Amino acid sequence: MVAVQPPSPPSSPLRAYGDREGDGMVQLSFVLAVPPSARAREAAKRFAEEHGLKEPTIATMEECARGYSFFVVYGHSKHSVDFATIDVPELRTTALTRDDIEHRIKDLGRKIVVVGACTGSDAHTVGIDAILNYKGFAGDKGLESYKGFDAHNLGAQVENDQLAARSLALKADVILISQVITQRNCHKENAAAFIEMAKAQGFRDDVVCLLGGPRIDHKLALELGFDAGFGPGTKPGDVASFLVEKICGEPAA
Amino acid sequence: MATVPVDSKKVDTCRALAADVADDVQRYIDKHTSVGVERTILRALGAEGTDDQGAPLVNIAVERYQKAGLLGRGISYYVGRALLAGASSVQDAAERLAFAPEVDRGEGGATVDAVRAALTPHVAAALARIDGARDQRESLKARVAAGETPHKYVIVATGNIYDDALQAKAAAFAGADIIAVIRATAQSLLDYVPHGATTEGYGGTFATQENFRIVRTAVDEATLECGRYIHQTNYSSGLCMSEIAWMAAVERLDMLLNDAMYGILFRDINMCRTFIDQYVSRRFIARAGIVINTGEDNYLTTADAVEKAHTVLASQFINEAFALRAGLREEQLGLGHAYEIDPWIEDSFLLEIAQAQLVRQIFDRHPIKWMPPTKHKTGDIFQSHVHDAMFSLVGITTNQSIQLLGMFSEAVHNPMLMDRYLSLKATRYVFGAAKHLGDEIEFKADGRIARRAVQVLDEAMAQLLEVKRDSIWDAIGRGAFADVKRTREGGKGFAGVVARDRDYVNPLLDALER
Repeated sequence: MVAVQPPSPPSSPLRAYGDREGDGMVQLSFVLAVPPSARAREAAKRFAEEHGLKEPTIATMEECARGYSFFVVYGHSKHSVDFATIDVPELRTTALTRDDIEHRIKDLGRKIVVVGACTGSDAHTVGIDAILNYKGFAGDKGLESYKGFDAHNLGAQVENDQLAARSLALKADVILISQVITQRNCHKENAAAFIEMAKAQGFRDDVVCLLGGPRIDHKLALELGFDAGFGPGTKPGDVASFLVEKICGEPAA
Repeated sequence: MATVPVDSKKVDTCRALAADVADDVQRYIDKHTSVGVERTILRALGAEGTDDQGAPLVNIAVERYQKAGLLGRGISYYVGRALLAGASSVQDAAERLAFAPEVDRGEGGATVDAVRAALTPHVAAALARIDGARDQRESLKARVAAGETPHKYVIVATGNIYDDALQAKAAAFAGADIIAVIRATAQSLLDYVPHGATTEGYGGTFATQENFRIVRTAVDEATLECGRYIHQTNYSSGLCMSEIAWMAAVERLDMLLNDAMYGILFRDINMCRTFIDQYVSRRFIARAGIVINTGEDNYLTTADAVEKAHTVLASQFINEAFALRAGLREEQLGLGHAYEIDPWIEDSFLLEIAQAQLVRQIFDRHPIKWMPPTKHKTGDIFQSHVHDAMFSLVGITTNQSIQLLGMFSEAVHNPMLMDRYLSLKATRYVFGAAKHLGDEIEFKADGRIARRAVQVLDEAMAQLLEVKRDSIWDAIGRGAFADVKRTREGGKGFAGVVARDRDYVNPLLDALER
């Protein structure tokens, strides 16, 4: 009897997986500004081929607005990536338990003060609320629910200088910036501007700066000068675990 | 026919409690005005345009009289005096108020009766302009009928009004009945309305009078091309709530987002300011025959949709009470609610049906506005599309009136052309496939759906009792709605609140109140 093996470490080159190893199968959907026709179908096929899809199947062609066609295409992507050469800073993936977190902050001998805000014109507090407020997100309660954290949620549309002033007044250990809505990369500019301001005011090294939001990942956050970045699906426990590791150091033996 | 048990005595009690809550606030409203209200009146009487820096004339004039401590008499009083002093038009009068070397301190000269008489033809013209737009809408609707309910409502939000106009027509072609041009992020916090056509905006497109006209033209074209009346909507909220309401009235918008408490809770706009402004905005809306959409759906994006479902219902009673006091009819009240329960909770679909059916039965003459899931959406567009289909199924089964369509790309980006197309297609399928489902089924008398509906109404009544006991001012102060706490003098725009003098003059508002 042949035992079913867990997948081996990804071999290079890495290709998209549909039904069989190496088939490169991907789905793609897009709109072209032409009405449906045999010619439009051929245009969509060539468009897919230009993207490196072999034998593209035009699964759908429908008029989605007058003079515009919507396409769904399947095809075999000839592209691959070499997984071995990819190096991305990754945050720890195993969250500490609530007890661990509380215990280690207790050893620290004081609460960790966290100040969070949606900055600039952003009025969407869903992310910052999920992380900071008692209620939390997906069954994981927010930082407010921990004895070890003193969490302050400043809410939406907070200007960078207001956030800095409040953080200094509250003696924040951690500043958490959330950026949800963006257009033309204003979320990046705004976040980077905060770090510049923190440096200019001389408190950047005294605080842990975190960035969160649907378009944020750890790598981007590091590039913008933050200590860590948290993307979609982050739970409060993930942020709490990171902060404990960062601020409390190694657990006592 | 599927119904849930609704105890009409409890509903009557809720309405009576909400009436008391609104009466308490109305006494405050009747003694105050705001810079936003006075700007609106000045616009409606006939002032328009900006200075060379882009500042609206109405802002310059009203702010000048506010700073001089004179606004308690109403800007109309000074307009009337300027007309009596020789101004050739309201525009000329407003320019004098804004730029004359001296402010008019209102001393001596004409009697109040003479001032009122000077304003009379301008008040009549202001009313005729609103009534004319209303007549034009009604005659177009008589020629080209609207589609069946639930009306399918989609949003366009490119930032460029000319692209918006194009996308509005595309959405109508794909089956939309209502087009909203979402506003640029944070416009609600501007204490002036930008001027002219705009082509740059973040997160949406600025609401301006010219932008309203551009989209109206596109939507009228779509109405004729599609043979189905296409509605236009925008946002009468924030610090310019009443100015936007007037612009929508004269530019013939069909609907407006307009809520008595939304700005307080979600934009941290001062509550005194908001209550005053919502009242005057609704006076214009009532006259114009516009349907409002209230914003209770937003409560469930910050508070839990299962635990706090009753706050939505309680707020709907309060919004209704405020709106009736501003002269709106039930048929103009698109009370809002939403499909925001965590989809992974067992029987979440049943809980959604219970709420939707309960609201439908209690507010039976109202064009109820049903909002899609957003809070529990992730970047998994395929799951999201299924989630939206379940939402649409509740909408058709419980016969909601205005259905804002869910978008599978909800947690990813503002909807693109194909996103709207696929959403409209899926909704058309669900609405057609289940068209008479609500007529065919019955809910068990003591089943989960019925019990949930009873529970939500009971809890809403209990909350209204508390709000009445504490007053709305204090209830908001302790986070009764959306888990958000606001104080009476906190928030933006409080400086723009002005106590009316005993001899306050505002004949246009008087006419709207008659």
